Amino acid sequence: MESCLKIKVGAVLLPGDVFTFIKTDTISLTDTLKDEKIICGPGLRRNGDDVVVCKSGVLRHKNPNLYWVDSQQRRYVPVKGESVIGIVTTKSGDVFKVDVGGSEQASLSYLAFEGATKRNRPNVQVGDLVYAQFLIANKDMEPELVCIDSSGRANGLGVFGAGGLLFKVSLGLVRRLLTPQNEILKDLEKLYPCELVLGMNGRLWVRAATVQKTLIVANLLESSENMTAQQRRTLFKRVADGNL
Amino acid sequence: MEVCSSDGFNFNVTLREFGCEQSLLSRPDGSSSFIQGDTSVLAAVYGPAEVKVSKEIYDRATLEVVIQTKVGLPSVKERSQEQCVRETCEASLLSSLHPRSSLTLILQVLHNDGSLLSCFLNAACMAFMDAGLPMSCLFCGVTCAIAMDGQVITDPTATQEKESRALLTFAIDSTEQKVLMSSTKGSFSVHELQECIAISQKASEKIFQFYRESVQRRYSKTL
Repeated sequence: MESCLKIKVGAVLLPGDVFTFIKTDTISLTDTLKDEKIICGPGLRRNGDDVVVCKSGVLRHKNPNLYWVDSQQRRYVPVKGESVIGIVTTKSGDVFKVDVGGSEQASLSYLAFEGATKRNRPNVQVGDLVYAQFLIANKDMEPELVCIDSSGRANGLGVFGAGGLLFKVSLGLVRRLLTPQNEILKDLEKLYPCELVLGMNGRLWVRAATVQKTLIVANLLESSENMTAQQRRTLFKRVADGNL
Repeated sequence: MEVCSSDGFNFNVTLREFGCEQSLLSRPDGSSSFIQGDTSVLAAVYGPAEVKVSKEIYDRATLEVVIQTKVGLPSVKERSQEQCVRETCEASLLSSLHPRSSLTLILQVLHNDGSLLSCFLNAACMAFMDAGLPMSCLFCGVTCAIAMDGQVITDPTATQEKESRALLTFAIDSTEQKVLMSSTKGSFSVHELQECIAISQKASEKIFQFYRESVQRRYSKTL
Protein backbone atom coordinates (compact mmCIF):
# COMPACT_ATOMS: atom_id res chain seq x y z
CA MET A 1 0.00 0.00 0.00
CA GLU A 2 2.88 2.31 0.63
CA SER A 3 3.67 2.23 -3.07
CA CYS A 4 0.18 3.31 -4.08
CA LEU A 5 0.32 6.13 -1.52
CA LYS A 6 3.77 7.21 -2.70
CA ILE A 7 2.58 7.52 -6.29
CA LYS A 8 -0.17 9.91 -5.24
CA VAL A 9 2.00 12.28 -3.16
CA GLY A 10 1.34 15.77 -4.46
CA ALA A 11 -1.97 14.80 -6.09
CA VAL A 12 -5.33 16.26 -5.14
CA LEU A 13 -7.54 13.73 -3.33
CA LEU A 14 -11.28 13.82 -2.64
CA PRO A 15 -13.24 12.28 0.27
CA GLY A 16 -14.05 8.67 -0.44
CA ASP A 17 -10.79 7.82 -2.23
CA VAL A 18 -9.51 4.48 -0.92
CA PHE A 19 -6.03 2.98 -0.71
CA THR A 20 -6.21 -0.79 -0.26
CA PHE A 21 -3.61 -3.13 1.03
CA ILE A 22 -3.04 -5.47 -1.88
CA LYS A 23 -2.80 -8.99 -0.53
CA THR A 24 -0.46 -11.09 -2.59
CA ASP A 25 -1.39 -14.74 -2.94
CA THR A 26 2.14 -15.89 -3.47
CA ILE A 27 4.77 -15.40 -0.81
CA SER A 28 8.26 -15.19 -2.14
CA LEU A 29 10.69 -17.68 -0.60
CA THR A 30 13.73 -15.52 -1.17
CA ASP A 31 12.61 -12.02 -0.11
CA THR A 32 11.97 -11.29 3.56
CA LEU A 33 8.43 -10.26 4.45
CA LYS A 34 8.58 -6.64 5.50
CA ASP A 35 6.00 -5.22 7.87
CA GLU A 36 4.58 -2.07 6.36
CA LYS A 37 3.80 0.64 8.86
CA ILE A 38 2.08 3.82 7.73
CA ILE A 39 1.23 6.74 10.00
CA CYS A 40 -2.01 8.44 8.90
CA GLY A 41 -2.13 12.17 9.58
CA PRO A 42 -5.05 14.59 9.31
CA GLY A 43 -7.44 13.80 6.46
CA LEU A 44 -6.72 10.04 6.35
CA ARG A 45 -8.66 7.43 8.29
CA ARG A 46 -8.22 3.72 8.71
CA ASN A 47 -11.18 1.56 7.71
CA GLY A 48 -10.27 -2.06 8.42
CA ASP A 49 -7.45 -2.84 6.02
CA ASP A 50 -7.95 0.28 3.92
CA VAL A 51 -6.88 3.87 4.29
CA VAL A 52 -9.75 6.20 3.32
CA VAL A 53 -9.44 9.91 2.52
CA CYS A 54 -11.96 12.04 4.44
CA LYS A 55 -10.98 15.62 3.43
CA SER A 56 -10.23 17.14 0.05
CA GLY A 57 -6.70 18.40 -0.42
CA VAL A 58 -3.15 17.60 -1.53
CA LEU A 59 -1.44 14.44 -0.25
CA ARG A 60 1.83 15.18 1.53
CA HIS A 61 4.57 12.88 2.74
CA LYS A 62 7.30 13.09 5.35
CA ASN A 63 9.99 10.44 5.69
CA PRO A 64 9.91 7.71 6.72
CA ASN A 65 6.24 6.80 6.62
CA LEU A 66 4.01 9.77 7.56
CA TYR A 67 1.21 10.74 5.14
CA TRP A 68 -1.43 13.43 5.49
CA VAL A 69 -3.85 15.51 3.44
CA ASP A 70 -3.10 19.24 3.33
CA SER A 71 -6.48 20.99 3.10
CA GLN A 72 -7.47 24.65 3.17
CA GLN A 73 -9.73 25.30 6.12
CA ARG A 74 -10.95 28.29 8.08
CA ARG A 75 -12.56 26.65 11.12
CA TYR A 76 -10.28 25.52 13.93
CA VAL A 77 -10.71 22.20 15.76
CA PRO A 78 -8.68 21.98 19.02
CA VAL A 79 -5.75 19.56 18.97
CA LYS A 80 -3.60 18.67 21.98
CA GLY A 81 -0.26 20.41 22.11
CA GLU A 82 -1.03 23.26 19.70
CA SER A 83 -0.39 26.88 20.76
CA VAL A 84 -3.27 29.22 20.09
CA ILE A 85 -4.32 32.80 20.72
CA GLY A 86 -7.46 32.98 22.84
CA ILE A 87 -9.67 35.82 24.08
CA VAL A 88 -10.77 35.66 27.74
CA THR A 89 -14.56 35.87 27.88
CA THR A 90 -15.53 35.17 31.49
CA LYS A 91 -13.94 34.71 34.88
CA SER A 92 -15.89 32.17 36.91
CA GLY A 93 -14.41 31.08 40.21
CA ASP A 94 -11.02 29.49 39.62
CA VAL A 95 -11.28 29.18 35.87
CA PHE A 96 -11.18 31.54 32.93
CA LYS A 97 -13.31 30.74 29.89
CA VAL A 98 -11.35 31.43 26.71
CA ASP A 99 -12.72 31.70 23.17
CA VAL A 100 -10.36 29.91 20.75
CA GLY A 101 -12.63 29.86 17.71
CA GLY A 102 -13.67 26.23 18.07
CA SER A 103 -17.03 24.65 18.76
CA GLU A 104 -16.86 25.36 22.49
CA GLN A 105 -14.93 27.63 24.80
CA ALA A 106 -11.78 26.31 26.46
CA SER A 107 -11.09 26.56 30.17
CA LEU A 108 -7.88 28.03 31.59
CA SER A 109 -7.17 27.57 35.27
CA TYR A 110 -5.73 30.58 37.10
CA LEU A 111 -3.02 28.32 38.56
CA ALA A 112 -1.71 27.49 35.07
CA PHE A 113 0.45 30.62 34.89
CA GLU A 114 4.09 31.00 35.85
CA GLY A 115 4.49 31.82 39.53
CA ALA A 116 0.76 31.67 40.24
CA THR A 117 -0.37 30.44 43.63
CA LYS A 118 -3.69 30.58 45.42
CA ARG A 119 -2.64 33.82 47.10
CA ASN A 120 -0.80 35.27 44.11
CA ARG A 121 -3.36 35.40 41.32
CA PRO A 122 -2.36 36.29 37.76
CA ASN A 123 -3.46 39.65 36.40
CA VAL A 124 -5.90 38.53 33.68
CA GLN A 125 -9.00 40.56 32.79
CA VAL A 126 -11.96 39.80 30.57
CA GLY A 127 -11.06 40.71 27.00
CA ASP A 128 -7.33 40.01 27.33
CA LEU A 129 -5.42 38.04 24.72
CA VAL A 130 -3.63 34.92 25.95
CA TYR A 131 -1.15 32.74 24.10
CA ALA A 132 -1.68 29.25 25.52
CA GLN A 133 -1.20 25.59 24.75
CA PHE A 134 -3.83 22.84 24.77
CA LEU A 135 -3.43 20.38 27.60
CA ILE A 136 -6.61 18.43 26.87
CA ALA A 137 -8.28 18.58 23.47
CA ASN A 138 -10.45 15.73 22.28
CA LYS A 139 -13.91 15.53 20.81
CA ASP A 140 -15.63 14.31 23.95
CA MET A 141 -14.33 16.69 26.62
CA GLU A 142 -14.18 20.42 27.14
CA PRO A 143 -10.76 21.68 25.91
CA GLU A 144 -8.29 22.87 28.55
CA LEU A 145 -5.51 25.41 28.08
CA VAL A 146 -2.37 26.11 30.09
CA CYS A 147 0.10 29.00 29.99
CA ILE A 148 3.08 27.06 31.34
CA ASP A 149 5.07 24.16 29.95
CA SER A 150 5.72 20.88 31.74
CA SER A 151 8.60 22.31 33.79
CA GLY A 152 6.52 25.21 35.14
CA ARG A 153 8.07 28.00 33.06
CA ALA A 154 6.09 30.38 30.88
CA ASN A 155 8.31 30.02 27.80
CA GLY A 156 6.55 32.73 25.80
CA LEU A 157 3.03 31.75 26.82
CA GLY A 158 0.75 34.04 28.82
CA VAL A 159 -1.12 37.30 28.55
CA PHE A 160 -0.02 39.78 25.88
CA GLY A 161 -1.35 42.40 23.59
CA ALA A 162 -1.02 45.98 24.72
CA GLY A 163 -1.40 47.80 21.44
CA GLY A 164 -1.21 45.81 18.23
CA LEU A 165 -3.88 44.27 16.00
CA LEU A 166 -5.52 40.81 16.09
CA PHE A 167 -6.89 39.44 12.82
CA LYS A 168 -7.98 36.13 11.39
CA VAL A 169 -6.49 34.16 8.49
CA SER A 170 -6.93 30.62 7.22
CA LEU A 171 -5.27 27.70 9.01
CA GLY A 172 -3.17 26.82 5.97
CA LEU A 173 -1.50 30.23 5.94
CA VAL A 174 -0.56 29.97 9.62
CA ARG A 175 0.99 26.55 9.02
CA ARG A 176 2.99 27.98 6.13
CA LEU A 177 4.18 30.87 8.31
CA LEU A 178 5.26 28.45 11.02
CA THR A 179 7.51 26.35 8.79
CA PRO A 180 11.15 27.17 9.58
CA GLN A 181 12.89 29.43 7.07
CA ASN A 182 9.75 30.35 5.14
CA GLU A 183 9.82 33.00 2.45
CA ILE A 184 6.95 35.19 3.67
CA LEU A 185 8.47 35.93 7.07
CA LYS A 186 11.91 36.43 5.57
CA ASP A 187 10.51 39.08 3.21
CA LEU A 188 8.58 40.64 6.07
CA GLU A 189 11.69 40.93 8.27
CA LYS A 190 13.41 43.03 5.64
CA LEU A 191 10.43 45.36 5.48
CA TYR A 192 9.61 46.68 8.98
CA PRO A 193 10.67 45.51 12.44
CA CYS A 194 7.54 44.15 14.08
CA GLU A 195 6.33 41.80 16.77
CA LEU A 196 4.26 38.87 15.55
CA VAL A 197 2.32 36.19 17.45
CA LEU A 198 0.96 33.26 15.41
CA GLY A 199 -1.87 31.19 16.84
CA MET A 200 -2.60 27.86 15.19
CA ASN A 201 -6.30 28.64 15.37
CA GLY A 202 -5.85 31.08 12.50
CA ARG A 203 -5.39 34.21 14.63
CA LEU A 204 -2.43 36.50 14.13
CA TRP A 205 -1.37 39.45 16.28
CA VAL A 206 0.92 42.14 14.93
CA ARG A 207 2.53 45.19 16.46
CA ALA A 208 4.85 47.53 14.57
CA ALA A 209 6.32 50.95 15.37
CA THR A 210 3.31 52.99 14.22
CA VAL A 211 -0.37 52.22 13.70
CA GLN A 212 -0.06 52.64 9.94
CA LYS A 213 2.82 50.16 9.72
CA THR A 214 0.83 47.70 11.83
CA LEU A 215 -2.09 47.93 9.41
CA ILE A 216 0.21 47.52 6.41
CA VAL A 217 1.78 44.36 7.86
CA ALA A 218 -1.67 42.95 8.69
CA ASN A 219 -2.92 43.58 5.14
CA LEU A 220 0.20 42.05 3.60
CA LEU A 221 -0.18 38.88 5.63
CA GLU A 222 -3.87 38.55 4.81
CA SER A 223 -3.30 39.01 1.10
CA SER A 224 -0.25 36.74 0.84
CA GLU A 225 -2.57 33.76 1.21
CA ASN A 226 -3.85 33.86 -2.35
CA MET A 227 -0.77 35.11 -4.15
CA THR A 228 1.99 33.21 -5.85
CA ALA A 229 5.55 33.81 -4.67
CA GLN A 230 6.28 36.18 -7.55
CA GLN A 231 3.21 38.36 -6.95
CA ARG A 232 4.05 38.51 -3.26
CA ARG A 233 7.59 39.65 -3.87
CA THR A 234 6.42 42.43 -6.19
CA LEU A 235 3.88 43.58 -3.62
CA PHE A 236 6.46 43.65 -0.81
CA LYS A 237 8.83 45.53 -3.06
CA ARG A 238 6.16 48.14 -3.80
CA VAL A 239 5.56 48.64 -0.09
CA ALA A 240 9.27 48.87 0.64
CA ASP A 241 9.62 51.57 -2.00
CA GLY A 242 6.87 53.49 -0.22
CA ASN A 243 4.46 53.48 -3.17
CA LEU A 244 1.49 51.97 -1.30
CA MET B 1 -30.88 16.47 -21.81
CA GLU B 2 -32.25 13.69 -24.02
CA VAL B 3 -31.65 10.03 -23.41
CA CYS B 4 -32.22 7.23 -25.87
CA SER B 5 -32.97 4.27 -23.67
CA SER B 6 -32.35 0.93 -25.27
CA ASP B 7 -32.46 -2.55 -23.83
CA GLY B 8 -28.72 -2.96 -23.82
CA PHE B 9 -28.39 0.06 -21.51
CA ASN B 10 -26.14 1.82 -23.97
CA PHE B 11 -27.35 5.33 -23.55
CA ASN B 12 -25.68 8.67 -23.73
CA VAL B 13 -26.51 10.71 -20.73
CA THR B 14 -26.32 14.40 -21.50
CA LEU B 15 -26.39 16.96 -18.75
CA ARG B 16 -26.50 20.75 -18.95
CA GLU B 17 -23.41 22.88 -18.68
CA PHE B 18 -21.92 22.80 -15.13
CA GLY B 19 -20.23 25.63 -13.29
CA CYS B 20 -18.85 25.70 -9.78
CA GLU B 21 -16.92 28.08 -7.56
CA GLN B 22 -15.66 27.49 -4.01
CA SER B 23 -14.75 29.87 -1.19
CA LEU B 24 -16.56 32.84 -2.67
CA LEU B 25 -18.05 34.14 0.60
CA SER B 26 -15.76 35.55 3.29
CA ARG B 27 -17.77 34.91 6.49
CA PRO B 28 -18.83 31.25 6.31
CA ASP B 29 -16.34 28.45 6.97
CA GLY B 30 -17.13 26.95 3.58
CA SER B 31 -19.12 28.20 0.62
CA SER B 32 -19.79 27.23 -2.96
CA SER B 33 -21.92 28.19 -5.89
CA PHE B 34 -23.20 25.53 -8.31
CA ILE B 35 -24.71 26.25 -11.71
CA GLN B 36 -26.54 23.68 -13.88
CA GLY B 37 -27.58 25.34 -17.11
CA ASP B 38 -29.63 28.27 -15.85
CA THR B 39 -30.34 26.91 -12.36
CA SER B 40 -27.98 28.54 -9.87
CA VAL B 41 -27.62 27.87 -6.13
CA LEU B 42 -25.35 29.36 -3.46
CA ALA B 43 -24.41 27.22 -0.43
CA ALA B 44 -22.73 28.26 2.84
CA VAL B 45 -21.55 26.00 5.67
CA TYR B 46 -20.81 27.02 9.25
CA GLY B 47 -19.24 24.50 11.56
CA PRO B 48 -18.36 22.79 13.77
CA ALA B 49 -19.68 25.60 15.96
CA GLU B 50 -21.41 26.07 19.32
CA VAL B 51 -24.80 24.45 19.68
CA LYS B 52 -27.75 25.24 21.95
CA VAL B 53 -28.01 22.76 24.81
CA SER B 54 -31.57 21.93 23.78
CA LYS B 55 -30.41 20.88 20.31
CA GLU B 56 -27.16 19.11 21.14
CA ILE B 57 -26.70 15.39 20.49
CA TYR B 58 -24.22 13.70 22.83
CA ASP B 59 -22.37 11.61 20.24
CA ARG B 60 -22.91 13.35 16.89
CA ALA B 61 -22.95 16.80 15.34
CA THR B 62 -26.36 18.45 14.85
CA LEU B 63 -26.89 19.25 11.17
CA GLU B 64 -29.30 22.02 10.29
CA VAL B 65 -30.29 22.82 6.71
CA VAL B 66 -31.99 26.10 5.74
CA ILE B 67 -33.27 26.75 2.21
CA GLN B 68 -33.99 30.32 1.15
CA THR B 69 -35.98 30.94 -2.02
CA LYS B 70 -35.40 33.91 -4.25
CA VAL B 71 -38.79 35.48 -3.46
CA GLY B 72 -41.15 34.97 -0.54
CA LEU B 73 -41.03 33.13 2.76
CA PRO B 74 -40.04 29.46 3.03
CA SER B 75 -43.07 27.17 2.80
CA VAL B 76 -43.79 23.47 3.28
CA LYS B 77 -42.14 22.62 -0.04
CA GLU B 78 -38.84 24.10 1.16
CA ARG B 79 -39.16 22.21 4.45
CA SER B 80 -39.50 18.89 2.61
CA GLN B 81 -36.53 19.73 0.38
CA GLU B 82 -34.52 20.59 3.52
CA GLN B 83 -35.41 17.19 4.95
CA CYS B 84 -34.18 15.42 1.77
CA VAL B 85 -30.89 17.34 1.75
CA ARG B 86 -30.35 16.78 5.46
CA GLU B 87 -30.82 13.02 5.21
CA THR B 88 -28.31 12.79 2.37
CA CYS B 89 -25.75 14.87 4.24
CA GLU B 90 -26.16 12.89 7.48
CA ALA B 91 -25.37 9.72 5.54
CA SER B 92 -22.07 10.96 4.18
CA LEU B 93 -20.69 13.31 6.85
CA LEU B 94 -18.62 11.80 9.67
CA SER B 95 -20.63 13.63 12.29
CA SER B 96 -19.42 11.41 15.15
CA LEU B 97 -16.08 13.24 14.98
CA HIS B 98 -17.71 16.42 16.31
CA PRO B 99 -20.14 15.53 19.09
CA ARG B 100 -22.11 18.35 20.75
CA SER B 101 -21.37 20.72 17.87
CA SER B 102 -23.59 22.21 15.22
CA LEU B 103 -23.18 22.18 11.45
CA THR B 104 -25.35 24.66 9.58
CA LEU B 105 -25.93 24.52 5.82
CA ILE B 106 -27.68 27.45 4.16
CA LEU B 107 -28.82 27.14 0.53
CA GLN B 108 -29.91 30.23 -1.38
CA VAL B 109 -31.73 29.92 -4.71
CA LEU B 110 -30.32 32.40 -7.19
CA HIS B 111 -32.30 31.18 -10.19
CA ASN B 112 -34.55 28.17 -10.64
CA ASP B 113 -34.75 26.65 -14.11
CA GLY B 114 -35.48 23.02 -13.19
CA SER B 115 -33.56 20.28 -11.34
CA LEU B 116 -33.45 22.43 -8.22
CA LEU B 117 -33.13 19.64 -5.64
CA SER B 118 -30.16 18.06 -7.40
CA CYS B 119 -28.51 21.48 -7.67
CA PHE B 120 -28.98 21.88 -3.90
CA LEU B 121 -27.27 18.52 -3.31
CA ASN B 122 -24.33 19.32 -5.59
CA ALA B 123 -23.80 22.75 -4.05
CA ALA B 124 -24.01 21.26 -0.54
CA CYS B 125 -21.34 18.66 -1.32
CA MET B 126 -18.94 21.24 -2.72
CA ALA B 127 -19.53 23.52 0.28
CA PHE B 128 -18.80 20.70 2.75
CA MET B 129 -15.56 19.93 0.92
CA ASP B 130 -14.62 23.61 0.99
CA ALA B 131 -15.23 23.82 4.74
CA GLY B 132 -12.97 20.83 5.34
CA LEU B 133 -15.63 18.79 7.13
CA PRO B 134 -14.73 15.09 7.27
CA MET B 135 -16.83 13.01 4.89
CA SER B 136 -16.91 9.29 4.25
CA CYS B 137 -17.93 9.73 0.61
CA LEU B 138 -19.08 12.38 -1.83
CA PHE B 139 -22.68 12.66 -3.01
CA CYS B 140 -24.36 14.23 -6.00
CA GLY B 141 -27.92 14.83 -7.13
CA VAL B 142 -29.43 13.82 -10.48
CA THR B 143 -32.96 14.64 -11.65
CA CYS B 144 -34.82 12.60 -14.29
CA ALA B 145 -38.12 13.57 -15.89
CA ILE B 146 -40.36 11.05 -17.69
CA ALA B 147 -42.16 12.73 -20.58
CA MET B 148 -45.70 11.87 -21.69
CA ASP B 149 -44.36 9.53 -24.39
CA GLY B 150 -42.18 7.58 -21.94
CA GLN B 151 -38.87 9.14 -22.86
CA VAL B 152 -36.48 9.83 -19.95
CA ILE B 153 -34.88 13.27 -19.80
CA THR B 154 -31.97 13.91 -17.42
CA ASP B 155 -31.39 17.33 -15.87
CA PRO B 156 -34.69 18.80 -17.14
CA THR B 157 -35.37 22.51 -17.46
CA ALA B 158 -38.43 24.09 -15.85
CA THR B 159 -40.54 23.75 -19.03
CA GLN B 160 -39.55 20.11 -19.45
CA GLU B 161 -40.47 19.47 -15.80
CA LYS B 162 -43.91 21.01 -16.29
CA GLU B 163 -44.63 18.88 -19.35
CA SER B 164 -43.45 15.62 -17.77
CA ARG B 165 -45.70 13.05 -16.12
CA ALA B 166 -43.15 12.09 -13.44
CA LEU B 167 -40.14 13.77 -11.85
CA LEU B 168 -37.53 11.74 -9.96
CA THR B 169 -34.50 13.04 -8.04
CA PHE B 170 -31.83 10.70 -6.69
CA ALA B 171 -28.80 11.35 -4.50
CA ILE B 172 -25.95 8.99 -5.46
CA ASP B 173 -22.80 8.34 -3.43
CA SER B 174 -19.32 8.22 -4.90
CA THR B 175 -17.92 4.99 -3.50
CA GLU B 176 -20.52 2.39 -4.54
CA GLN B 177 -22.92 4.43 -6.69
CA LYS B 178 -25.74 3.57 -4.30
CA VAL B 179 -28.90 5.63 -3.94
CA LEU B 180 -28.74 7.70 -0.72
CA MET B 181 -32.05 9.52 -1.14
CA SER B 182 -34.90 9.55 -3.64
CA SER B 183 -37.66 12.10 -4.05
CA THR B 184 -40.30 11.42 -6.68
CA LYS B 185 -43.42 13.11 -7.98
CA GLY B 186 -45.94 11.71 -10.47
CA SER B 187 -46.78 8.22 -11.68
CA PHE B 188 -44.36 5.75 -13.24
CA SER B 189 -43.83 1.99 -13.44
CA VAL B 190 -41.31 -0.13 -11.56
CA HIS B 191 -39.38 -0.70 -14.78
CA GLU B 192 -39.17 3.06 -15.39
CA LEU B 193 -37.95 3.60 -11.83
CA GLN B 194 -35.11 1.10 -12.27
CA GLU B 195 -34.24 2.63 -15.61
CA CYS B 196 -34.03 6.11 -14.06
CA ILE B 197 -31.84 4.82 -11.23
CA ALA B 198 -29.44 3.28 -13.74
CA ILE B 199 -29.36 6.50 -15.77
CA SER B 200 -28.71 8.56 -12.64
CA GLN B 201 -25.84 6.29 -11.62
CA LYS B 202 -24.31 6.79 -15.06
CA ALA B 203 -24.78 10.56 -14.87
CA SER B 204 -23.24 10.70 -11.40
CA GLU B 205 -19.89 9.58 -12.82
CA LYS B 206 -19.74 12.75 -14.90
CA ILE B 207 -20.63 14.90 -11.91
CA PHE B 208 -17.95 13.31 -9.71
CA GLN B 209 -15.42 13.80 -12.47
CA PHE B 210 -16.43 17.46 -12.56
CA TYR B 211 -15.97 17.72 -8.76
CA ARG B 212 -12.48 16.30 -9.08
CA GLU B 213 -11.52 18.75 -11.81
CA SER B 214 -12.82 21.79 -9.96
CA VAL B 215 -11.03 20.83 -6.72
CA GLN B 216 -7.82 20.22 -8.68
CA ARG B 217 -8.13 23.64 -10.26
CA ARG B 218 -8.65 25.17 -6.83
CA TYR B 219 -5.53 23.61 -5.33
CA SER B 220 -3.41 24.21 -8.41
CA LYS B 221 -2.17 27.55 -7.07
CA THR B 222 -0.66 26.06 -3.95
CA LEU B 223 0.89 23.03 -5.63
